[in-house]
Amino acid sequence: MSVAPVEIERTEGDTSSQEAPSPDNPWVTIVHNDPVNLMSYVEYVFQSYFGYPKDKARRLMMDVHHKGRAAVSSGSREEMERDVQAMHGYGLWATLQHDR
Amino acid sequence: MAGLFKPARHGGASLTLDPVEVSILRNLSVQMLELLGPGDEPDDDEDPLARLFAEGPSKAPEDPALARLFPDAYGEDEDDAAELSAEFRRFTENDLRDRKREDALAVVRSLDAADADRKGRSQVQLDKDGCTHWLGALNDLRLTLGSRLEVSDDPDEAEGMYRLSDDDPRKPLMMAYLWLGGLQETLIEVIAR
Repeated sequence: MSVAPVEIERTEGDTSSQEAPSPDNPWVTIVHNDPVNLMSYVEYVFQSYFGYPKDKARRLMMDVHHKGRAAVSSGSREEMERDVQAMHGYGLWATLQHDR
Repeated sequence: MAGLFKPARHGGASLTLDPVEVSILRNLSVQMLELLGPGDEPDDDEDPLARLFAEGPSKAPEDPALARLFPDAYGEDEDDAAELSAEFRRFTENDLRDRKREDALAVVRSLDAADADRKGRSQVQLDKDGCTHWLGALNDLRLTLGSRLEVSDDPDEAEGMYRLSDDDPRKPLMMAYLWLGGLQETLIEVIAR
């Protein structure tokens, strides 16, 4: 089958922060890697929920894939709770935390 | 090949399934509904507004598959992560369960509504909303089967999962898991066109 799904492998890695930290945006949403979600699906979620262009969605997806996690958005605690709730709705493993 | 999505008119998708495939997908979706549990439908004499303010659970589910579908929201490094995650869960988990239930129900409904062709295969037709429901449902099913199969991060172990012997009890579930992956992958291709 030519469409054999490519699984995202979990890799132990350091954290990475794509969004520039800002004093006004002290919280970040982190998406964690898991062995089940398809790479194409994770990229699709970043495009459709955050409205990121394909390039950025793909870069963030690859960060999750290779580094084990990536910061995908930043903002107030309330905004990040909304993003985490949406990620859980899509079935991605996401958490929020203080940006540091 | 049967069992994979193709683009259809007006941004929809179509899927041809033989009766065995329909039966597998329907059974898995019904099992998903059982796993998610019944919705909290208000009794007739209960104030319908009460449901709006009903609080969800504060503890993570013990079942590993459910725990993956409903993860903690606050990173472990965060101070008071457990308390904050519990509070978040109380206010969000019921809605999340409703949404996943609707996705699984949408799959069952579209399978039941599908017309059969002359060979007895079901012609599943999805509009845009249907595609979104199916995408969510397929992902939930794969997360659940992946958890049951203990799909691993370890490349060597993952490799072994793809080569289970025919008498391995995990084999049928693994075949379903891989097939669902193909379904989801082709549905994403259709949606992203």
